[in-house]
Amino acid sequence: MRYHTVIIGAGMSGLAAGIRLAYFEKPVCILERHTTIGGLNSFYRLRGRNYDVGLHAVTNYAEPGTRKGPLAKLLKQLRLRWDDFDLSPQNGSSVVFPGHRIEFKNDFAAFFDDVCREFPKQADRFRSLVSHIHKYDETSLSNEPASARSVLSDFLDDTVLIDMLFCPLMFYGSATPHDMDFSQFCIMFKSIFEQGFARPFKGVRQILKKLTRHYKELGGELKLRQGVREIMVEDGRTTGVILDDGTEIEAEHVLSSAGHVETLGILNGEWRMENGEDRVLNSQFFIPPSGEISFNEAIFVLDCQPRELGHDETIVFYNDAEQFHYEPPTEPLDLRSGIICSPNNFRYPDGDQLDEGYIRITSLADPDYWMSLPDDEYYPAKEEWGRRMVESAVQHIPDFRDHIIETDIFTPRTIKKFTGHLKGAVYGAPRKVLDGTTGIDNLYLCGTDQGFLGIIGAMLSGITMANNHLLR
Amino acid sequence: MAPPDIRQVVLDILERIAPDEDLSDLDDSVAFRDQMELDSMDFLDIVMELRKQYRVQIPEDEYEHLITMDSTVDYLTPKLADVPAGV
Repeated sequence: MRYHTVIIGAGMSGLAAGIRLAYFEKPVCILERHTTIGGLNSFYRLRGRNYDVGLHAVTNYAEPGTRKGPLAKLLKQLRLRWDDFDLSPQNGSSVVFPGHRIEFKNDFAAFFDDVCREFPKQADRFRSLVSHIHKYDETSLSNEPASARSVLSDFLDDTVLIDMLFCPLMFYGSATPHDMDFSQFCIMFKSIFEQGFARPFKGVRQILKKLTRHYKELGGELKLRQGVREIMVEDGRTTGVILDDGTEIEAEHVLSSAGHVETLGILNGEWRMENGEDRVLNSQFFIPPSGEISFNEAIFVLDCQPRELGHDETIVFYNDAEQFHYEPPTEPLDLRSGIICSPNNFRYPDGDQLDEGYIRITSLADPDYWMSLPDDEYYPAKEEWGRRMVESAVQHIPDFRDHIIETDIFTPRTIKKFTGHLKGAVYGAPRKVLDGTTGIDNLYLCGTDQGFLGIIGAMLSGITMANNHLLR
Repeated sequence: MAPPDIRQVVLDILERIAPDEDLSDLDDSVAFRDQMELDSMDFLDIVMELRKQYRVQIPEDEYEHLITMDSTVDYLTPKLADVPAGV
């Protein structure tokens, strides 16, 4: 059979694009190499417990019934109802630097006041920056790349405040070391500080299962354990894909969430770009440098609720160094900064609470170190560095070490295994392809390397690419 | 299909696109945009829903007719004249 569209990857963006196509009766098939859906944002079961990977929180939160903003737009486009994602808002989060602390909790006015209280001399400048951000159309697909650091230093002259604003936004979405593209900065600023965090009681499962069920009910096909080995190209136009087992699947269009450089790496014949090499046989291509920002995350299960230990914050972004360093570290992990997230600390309906306590700690990792370790050193290194991550984190939250009953840790190597991103680059390539084109006709990108960020952004990426390229 | 049927068709589509909107007191002479949160993506969806359900083709330069309920029904009446109601 010949499909209208084959989608590579059953993550948030691929599923959302698939729903759009299936809804408008296009024969569509999503191919996923792994045994389960989700990609970067997925879930697993280990030794009798459910875990989430990727998602700490859904950004872009809006109250039920809100008719504006990215979440509302997404639900309309997917023909879903607000209740389908079952989102509960966060308790409150903070950015903690030496001598400074800024809090935020899905209430922009309170965040704004907090910044002005903490940095009184910057108040007027911060107000101007916010008004500049509000006027900027960050979703325009024709924005030229611009350095957010340079825009911010035009407005603010306190480098600590600049770094404190960057810290959560970079941690949750920057593929670029030290800096962000200004459009991406605005997307993240609005989605985190203005709209804010929320989480479904059942975690990322809730969203992925809802998307998958909806997609299948609309007639979309989903094939797991079917990796794409090659994208077929004839005369500069894609004609379909070849699976790992050699099966050919014909399609009029291919939409890939595999990443930009990763997608160009599986074009067939003369079109192929060798993985990791900065060259391409056909010079019409822009050659994307691959990303190198990756993380280790340690997930701890506790014998009590974090609140019982005196910790009720949802997410703490901390940095202990004089300057915030967002880059691949020279050590295996950068212990000077990190993210501490507790999925218990959301305002679930009727005071409902997860059965067990969870603390997740995330640190910047050196992908090369974690990729190159032989197995007999890899597992002990995960444990040892996990111990050091906690040591650094308990300077910012109550010491929970006596309450740990289970630990699981992932590294850049795990991320590469499940997403296919070279170097386990969580946020993909530094330079995004906003219009999703690839230089090959009828082959388009969606997801991380197209450039809308976060869970909601990922889904909007799939929707936008489907609308712009596949449903016209 | 007669104009009242067409009005119901458009209403059903709006209901599907924006299930959280209350459409019970929609004013047929006022722009959709001024009464509901509809952006360009949503207008495209109205067009695509009409194509999906009734095979009506609406060229891009005629989207301007889909401003209010009244103008939409007027525009669609000749196009849906031969379509039986309730399909």
